[in-house]
Order: sequence, then structure tokens, then C-alpha cells
Amino acid sequence: MALFQTAFAMLYQFGDAFAFLVISCAGLAVIFGMMGVINLAHGEFIMCGAYVTATVAREGLPLVVAIIAGAVVAGLVGMVIERLVIRHLYHRPLDSIIATWGISLIATQGVLIVLGSTMAGIGTPLGAVTIGGDSYSAYRLVLMVAAIALLAALYLLFYRTRFGVVARATIQKPDMARALGVDTGRMYGLTFGLGAALAGLAGGLYAPTMTMVPTMGATFIVESFVTVVVGGADIFVGAAPAAAILALIRATLTAWYGQLFGQIGLLVAVIVVIRILPGGLSAWLKRGSR
Amino acid sequence: MNTRYNDVTAVTTRREGSLWRAIGHLEGPQTIGRGPLFWGLVSLAIVAAAIYPLFADAWTVGNAAYFMVWTFMAMGLGVVWGYAGALSFGQTAFFGLAGYAYGVLTINIGTAYGFTIAAILLSILLAGLFALLIGYFMFYGRIRGVFIGIVTLSVTLVLETFMAQTAGPQWRIGEARLNGFNGMSGMPPLTIPWPGGDLALFPGRGFYYVLLGLVVACYLGLRMLLNARFGNVLVAIRENPHRAEMLGYDIRLYQTLAFGLGGALAGLSGALYTAWGQYITPSSMGLTAAALPIVWVAVGGRRDITATLLGTILVLAGFQSLTIYGSQYALVVMGSLLLLTVLAAPEGLIVAAMTGARSLWRRARR
Repeated sequence: MALFQTAFAMLYQFGDAFAFLVISCAGLAVIFGMMGVINLAHGEFIMCGAYVTATVAREGLPLVVAIIAGAVVAGLVGMVIERLVIRHLYHRPLDSIIATWGISLIATQGVLIVLGSTMAGIGTPLGAVTIGGDSYSAYRLVLMVAAIALLAALYLLFYRTRFGVVARATIQKPDMARALGVDTGRMYGLTFGLGAALAGLAGGLYAPTMTMVPTMGATFIVESFVTVVVGGADIFVGAAPAAAILALIRATLTAWYGQLFGQIGLLVAVIVVIRILPGGLSAWLKRGSR
Repeated sequence: MNTRYNDVTAVTTRREGSLWRAIGHLEGPQTIGRGPLFWGLVSLAIVAAAIYPLFADAWTVGNAAYFMVWTFMAMGLGVVWGYAGALSFGQTAFFGLAGYAYGVLTINIGTAYGFTIAAILLSILLAGLFALLIGYFMFYGRIRGVFIGIVTLSVTLVLETFMAQTAGPQWRIGEARLNGFNGMSGMPPLTIPWPGGDLALFPGRGFYYVLLGLVVACYLGLRMLLNARFGNVLVAIRENPHRAEMLGYDIRLYQTLAFGLGGALAGLSGALYTAWGQYITPSSMGLTAAALPIVWVAVGGRRDITATLLGTILVLAGFQSLTIYGSQYALVVMGSLLLLTVLAAPEGLIVAAMTGARSLWRRARR
């Protein structure tokens, strides 16, 4: 029984880290994998989703509705920003990083000025469940399920729907897609909006577990970037295994040495991975399958 | 006998030749500005900067020195990003590392025999070696443009997190307490051994002149380096890595060395910053701090060292006057400036102004 208890505790730690990595990196990975743009305002889209979710939830609407509202608002903001800024920078990837960083600075400080240094949060729902004598947060178990559902939904969206086919065609051969009558500009806008909405979803899902401050997006940044780098260019192949490996490293180090060493372990892992597998996990996995 | 004599003259002429060549590299294809008019303006600027403290009060002079502290990190980023084409978000990691190293060294050993100068040199060395290590993993791993930004940003953010949790008496290196989020303080300022009592350079005229000398030396040295073979290869790599490699250059080595140089220069800024204010905090490695060098270099113009230097000082001065009216808006303005530069003048505002001035000058002469 004690063995089961320890095993479940480890599994819970791992699942928690896995869910966090998958949910926080999904938006970044879609935008980077599909468009080659590193969105440094990723954390601010997360913050946007979290703020909207908290506001709507405090109006008395159910949390699920609030989270969806957060994702939708973040997605719309993302589409506007794509239209105004990102669209001009597709052929200059380094400049698009700088531009999104500018947006990030404006958003963080703007929210601080308009809404103040902190906002009333919402409590973690669902209480706790007791398994084998230890109690665990039920909401975090829901988050683990949500992470797996998110991966499945993204797979279905990009491989089983018309939107997914057209989006992948636009990424792989933009000229050909345009020749076949695809409005590629609109596809880029929609993809960026989807990435922003996923970031907003991450914010909404984690809003009940965090303190609402304008800089809360920074909490997600290192983890999501590291996952995308380890995963490599093809997000559908790379992101999930990358998140699994990194979650294992982080859960183990956090359990034994504490939060900080979990983060340092992630960094060391990413530096070692880029030295051994420059294309990330996805390039390595694809080479194996060929 | 005769051949030996010839050898000696050959060596001496080669040495003199290389000296002349180095001076000749002060102008060249990789830097804007040539001819008597440009160097006349440079000399004028140096003379103006040298007599400026005679007309200003001590606080203003110390403040101007504070601006100059940052220019080394900016010029280093200019080399790494503008010339070598590797966008680094993590220069603040080397800045902070050197800053803490200066503090730890001087608090433990003190100021006797000009040790603070040695401490600055050791801090630069440490930052440079750390940058070489990170650069080795990145460039020998052959990771591409945007990933370099992510890895460097992660490095600086993790260092910030690490230093922020070092509160408590168990986190000490010798006499020096790291003090977690509040940062380290109480280290001695830069002290120069002098007959009849050491000179402690608190922010003021003495420190200003030391910094002015360093900025000029660093600026001219970088001009020579960038117009020499090293700089030309860096630009070749930036323009087309594959072509540079096919021409037989080990691009990994050149990029790693450029990154190490950029780290060492950021380290110089960090050590001098700690010596200037006698404190250093983890937030000097945080997200906002990491954004600042990018803003200076992007706004000024990253592909020219003169533009980087001028842009850094102008943006710093502009933002300081802005903070007087309301510090909370400074970051919003900074972000907007960054957006505006990227969208309207990707080469940088100073470079745009300089090329504009040059074409006006040519048209006027015609």
C-alpha cells in the first residue's frame, strides 16, 4: 500500500508537470510550428486569458464558460495584432521576435497602469480527493485530463478537418496553396488567432491556481519555450514527447531538490538536447521513421 | 648572418605593418563613417565629453557615467546580434554574473593594492568564459536564429530565479551574503592605488573620466576588430552562413568567439555597474532588464557600432527624462518605440538618420 502511495504521488507530480508544459506550450508551438514566428508576447496572451476568465467567473458565470470566454478574447486580440504587426514581418523572423517583445512590454505595463498591480483571483474549485491516505487537488487532476484532451483535439483539428489540411498546405507550400485558391493571408491570421486562443485557454485553465498579477505570463515563458525548443519544428510529433521527458525531469528534480532545481534541470536538459539533437525531438523521431 | 639580419627586419616591418593595418582598420566596410569630417566630429565629441564635467554638477556627471556603464553591454550585443547575426536575449545573464562576481570578490578581499581593478578583470573573464560555454553548446549544436534568443532568455531568467531565492545566511560566499531578492550591497567602489592614499572612485568626476576612457578605447578597438578579418567573417556569416562555411571558415568557432566577446563586454558593464552603485539585485537579470539592451541596440541601429553607441546613450537619456514625469509610462513608450523601429526603420533610427544625412551631403555637393 505504501508503495502504491509513493507511486501515485510520483505519477501525480509527473502528470502535473506534464499538464503544465503541454497546456502552456500549445499556443506557442502552434504559432511557431505553423508560422515560424516566436511569439514573445505568449505570456501576455496567457495573462489576458486569465484576467478575462477571472472577471467573467466573478460575474457569477460557471468556470467553464469563463475559461472559454478567456480563450476567445485572447484569440481575437491575437488576430488583431497579427493584422496590425505580425503580418508585415513574416520574412523577418528575428524582427518579429523583437516586435512581439515590444507588444509584451506594452501589455504588461499597460495592464499594470489600467488595472493596478493585482486583481482579485478566483479560488481553486473542486476541492480535494483522497487517494491512498494522501489528498490531492481534484482540479489539478482535471488539468491533466484537459492536457491530454487538448493534444487529441489539436491532432484532430490539423489532421482530420478541412481547416487543418488547408493550414498545413499553406505552411508547406504557400505558393501552391495560393494557386489552388487558398486565401493564405486569412489562414495566417486564423492560425495566429488559434495560437493566441490556446494561450488564453492556458491562462483560463491556470487562473484558479494562480495570483493575478500583470507579470503572471512570465511564469509560463521559460517552460513553454523550453518545451518548444526540445520538441523541434514539427509540433505534432515533437511537443508531446518533449513535454513528457521534461515533465519527468522536472517532477523528479522537484520532488528531490525543490522547485528551483526543477527549473534548472529543464534548462540543462534543453542545452544538452540542442547539442545532441539540433532539430529537436521531432527531427530525430522523423529520421527514425524514414 | 645576412639572412638572420633580413629575418629581423622582416619581423619588425611585419609588426609595424600590423600596427598600421590595425589603425587602418579604424575605417572600413563594416563601420559607417570615414574621412576627416567624421574623425573631426569624433574628436569634437570626445573633447566635449572631456570638458563637460567642468560645467556640470557632481550629480549630473555621475549620472552621465551611469549611462556610459551600459554602453559596453550594448556594444557587445551589437557585435553578437548586428554583426554575427545571433540575436541574444540573455546579455543580462553575463551582466549579472559579473556584477555578483565583482561584489563577492571585493567584499572578500578588499581594495588593497588596486584589487578592485583585478576584480573587474576577473569578473569580465568569468562572464566571458560563461558566454563561451553557452555559445559552445548553442553554436556547435548548430541551433538556428530564433532558438538562440530562447535559450539565452531562459538562461538569464533561470539565473534571476536562482539568485532571488538565495535569501538567508546559508547563501554566502566567504564574507559575502547573496541576500536573495534584495540583492547584494556594501561592496567597495572602484579604487585606484595612488601615491599618498588610494583613490576611491565614487560616482562623480573621477569615475566619469575612467569610463570615458574605457568607452573610447572600447569603441575604437571594436571598430578595428570589426573591419579586420574577424569582423568581415562575422558579417559573411550573418549574410549567408552556408556560403561562409563553403569558403572554408569554421562558422561555429567565429560565432562562439563573438558570443564570448559579447558576454565579456556585458560582464564589463555588470562589474562597473556594481562598482558604480555598490549594489546588485537579481532583477538586473529579469525580463524587463533583458529587454533594455535590445531596445537600445534596435532603436539605435544594430549593424553599426557608432549607431549602437549613440543610440544607447540617447535612449537612456530620453528614458531618464521620461521617468521624471512618470516611471510607469516609460516601459509602454519603450515597447512602442521598439514596435515603431521594427515596422518603420528596421535598420535603426540612428542608422536611418546617418544614411539620410549622407545622401543629403552628397546631393548638396553635387
